[in-house]
Amino acid sequence: MPGSSFDGMTEQGMRWTADQVLALAPDAASRAAGGGLGAAGRWSGAGSSGEGVVWGLCEAGGGAPYRTVVDVSGPAYGCSCPGRGSPCEHALGLLLLWSGGGGAVARGEAPEWAERWIKDVRAKGPGDAPDSPGAADPEAARRRARRRAERVTAGTVELEQRLADLLRGGLASAERSGDGLWEETAARMVDAQAPGLAARVRELASLPGTGADRPVRLLEECALLHLLGRGWRHRERLPEGLAATVRSRIGLTARADGPAIRDRWLVLAQYDTADSRLTTRRIWLYGTGTGRTALLLSYGAAGRAPGLALPVGPALDAELSAYPGTGQSRAALGERFAPPAPTDVRPSGTTTAGAAARYGEALRDDPWLDSVPVTLDRVIPAPDGEGWQLADADADTALPLTPAARSRPGLWRLVALSGGGPVRVFGECGHQGFTPLAAWPEGAGEMVPLC
Amino acid sequence: MSTTTTAVDASLPDSWGELVTTALLGTDRRTPPGSAPGPDAPSALLDAAAAATVRRRAGLRPGRAARRPEPAPEDPRPALPPAAARRLTMLLADRPGTPGGGRRGTAPDLMELLPQWLATANARGYAAPPAVLPALLDAARGRTDLRPAALRFAGPRALWLARLNPDWRFALRAAPGGGASVPGARDTEGVRRLWREGLFAERVALLAALRSREPASARELLATTWATERAEDRLMFVDSLRTGLGPDDEPFLEQSLADRSRNVRATAAELLSALPGSALAERMAVRAGACVAVDHTRDTPTITVEAPHECDAGMERDGVVARPPAGRGERSWWLGQLVEAAPLGGWPGRLGGRTPREIVALPVADDWQGELHAAWCRAAVRQRDATWSRALLGEPSAPEAGGPGAVSLAERAKLLGTLGAAERAEWVAGFIETHGLSEAFQLLGVCAVPWAAPVGRAVADALNIARDAGSYPWSFSGVMGLAERCLDPSEASRLEALLALPDEPENASPGAGGYWSEAFQRLVTTLHLRARIHSELTP
Repeated sequence: MPGSSFDGMTEQGMRWTADQVLALAPDAASRAAGGGLGAAGRWSGAGSSGEGVVWGLCEAGGGAPYRTVVDVSGPAYGCSCPGRGSPCEHALGLLLLWSGGGGAVARGEAPEWAERWIKDVRAKGPGDAPDSPGAADPEAARRRARRRAERVTAGTVELEQRLADLLRGGLASAERSGDGLWEETAARMVDAQAPGLAARVRELASLPGTGADRPVRLLEECALLHLLGRGWRHRERLPEGLAATVRSRIGLTARADGPAIRDRWLVLAQYDTADSRLTTRRIWLYGTGTGRTALLLSYGAAGRAPGLALPVGPALDAELSAYPGTGQSRAALGERFAPPAPTDVRPSGTTTAGAAARYGEALRDDPWLDSVPVTLDRVIPAPDGEGWQLADADADTALPLTPAARSRPGLWRLVALSGGGPVRVFGECGHQGFTPLAAWPEGAGEMVPLC
Repeated sequence: MSTTTTAVDASLPDSWGELVTTALLGTDRRTPPGSAPGPDAPSALLDAAAAATVRRRAGLRPGRAARRPEPAPEDPRPALPPAAARRLTMLLADRPGTPGGGRRGTAPDLMELLPQWLATANARGYAAPPAVLPALLDAARGRTDLRPAALRFAGPRALWLARLNPDWRFALRAAPGGGASVPGARDTEGVRRLWREGLFAERVALLAALRSREPASARELLATTWATERAEDRLMFVDSLRTGLGPDDEPFLEQSLADRSRNVRATAAELLSALPGSALAERMAVRAGACVAVDHTRDTPTITVEAPHECDAGMERDGVVARPPAGRGERSWWLGQLVEAAPLGGWPGRLGGRTPREIVALPVADDWQGELHAAWCRAAVRQRDATWSRALLGEPSAPEAGGPGAVSLAERAKLLGTLGAAERAEWVAGFIETHGLSEAFQLLGVCAVPWAAPVGRAVADALNIARDAGSYPWSFSGVMGLAERCLDPSEASRLEALLALPDEPENASPGAGGYWSEAFQRLVTTLHLRARIHSELTP
């Protein structure tokens, strides 16, 4: 990544807001601790270079000060503290200090230690190291792939058998035997090296436990599992794109081999979901030039934050490559050309009817899709009994919010931003409803993250 | 999407229901529609269900819109400068529950700066950015002391928001005038209707709002229904007359002295005694005057006290509580109440034309001094009498000022409250110079923020002395916390010198120097931050 590509960009132009910095925090504790460190008193020798590198020494309560350095163009973080979170509280504090402006972080030459660190990071190359192709013997790789396919096939046969048994006896009586049924089935799918199937089975166990809705949801999910198993076994007869979608739904890793698309990618949202095994981070990007919406997925082992963190709100000049499969938003982040910079561009929006139609059309390419990314324009959040909905300002129609979205604090930021008037909202629209993730006021104003 | 979104699957409405029923009962008991019974039945059922599921999902359409909320009222105030908005986000992100425990480190306590931030933003008249309103309301929910300033800053949209979220109901109660529900000043009919039909909280809010605008009409409104109000409600209502109390209120209060409820009577009497020209005040002056006199037969003129021998019906009617608390003699208990309620302006006339200072200086016979002076202190506070307060406070450098003298520290703090800010600061500075910081916490609490120069200098010097004496800084953590919030940020440069790690004196507590340096660092950092906050909010 040549330093010259940052020339002409003002320091002010690429400075992030405190919100954006705090959004990078892997958890609430480091967020709070970082907030406390965002004041000049703890720092010495803090500085920033024109190339998007910020560094500083953070006093460490007696011992040698921690050396903290952040490459904002990554962003990538380095710190000599013993903490394991990334970014750590010191990196957050340093960024807050930097974002606050006011001369606390002087413009200057990076000290030798910071220079060395940055060189190391940039030498590793952009992105999280992808699986290295061609390293091993291609014949052995093909053998491994074939063996794995056989195991997956065996797994789908077993799944098919279990689903058939279930339907033969009836969902009502199976339900009485408890969730152990699904846990065991999920474990068998893990053994079969089909993690996508395992995850879907596990979700069956956590479907809402009561209500008239439950048998319907259960049948829907069982039927889609069945469809996925059949899709796998008949993948040779599927069009290549759909076959790739089936492979990715089953949980086979593929490489993002789509052509690199360079754009200024607006970071719309970043949020984590976690179970006992894995933290999954989703980052939604919107190409301000191409109008494409893309999803970056990254993972962290249980309790650890995933490696990739981007500030929500600014746009990133970078290349993205799509993963294979029809109806997939997922992409991999390639080369980044400049640090995230503010942008006024907003995704263009549609109506609630347009959003529902878009989801319907996307199911043609991927029938297992739970939702699609959509931006709604001129909608008003309105309470609706127990829940909330987004109602068109100019029509008598509305989409309900998903049950999960109702309990998030972002809902209230959205309602506050709207004040009963129309707003633009980006989110995920699917069969459960709409999950708002970012919003813009009707007039001028910054994007408000909702997750 | 099942509740408000209609599934358009006209071609298979019944067959989907049939599929669900069959799945629930099992293919052993029921044959799926359109397939044959047998070993393949489950698979056929799942095939049909998969097709139906995708078809149902693809056919989802938006539902009917519910009633949309009324638009929030406009907030005409100018938008917050961007740097100030970012700072607010940081202050609000620093929620309690942060790890760290006992030792506070050198990082500023951001949440503690929120009150000042809000006060400054309110003084400048900025509008809150809508997206921070939820965090602001949550902060105000957790800390009642923040509520008035937070809600004022949050503005009309926050009240609009609070009506949609039960967690924020407090905002509707706490808002000055109860939010938008209080009718305007000219809406006489609206006021009367709300007063007749409103809930208790709404009525209290209405009365408080009216009282702050037009004290007389609030009292008149209250009089219209007074006879029919419940005793607890009457107590709250009569208490609301405290705002804007004036001589016009006397007839109403005098009448309330005959109220059925003892608490209402006591409150009415207390309010009347704060009106020096009232008939009650005059009656109390006569009673108190009969108990206190100057004895000129001794070598030095001396105050003698003859406490009342009984609490008669007249005294009780005027609010004197007959039964003393456990452990107190009833005569001294009655005396205290009489002196407290008697106008202070009458004493010079009764005690030989002496000034308050001379009166306070007189010796008091038979151990009555404590009782008498304490009652005068309460009277000075209640009547907001600066001359008497000054006399009772005495010189800050007097030896008894720091010890357990006649007037306790709590009473002194209250007396200081009746003085102007500059005089208060001088007195407290003088106190700290003589007596140090260990007793100063309460007194510092009544000083205007930011501290005037004399107080700031006195505190900084005293902290320096305490450090050199080798004690631990957390013995002074209360004062340190106050100093972080109240010292004038321009004092920071004077404090920089204290940041260095000092040489440990011989008798110092181990490691104290490091802790002091840390504590001073936090102090200086906080002062710098406050200066930044101030400049961010100053256009």
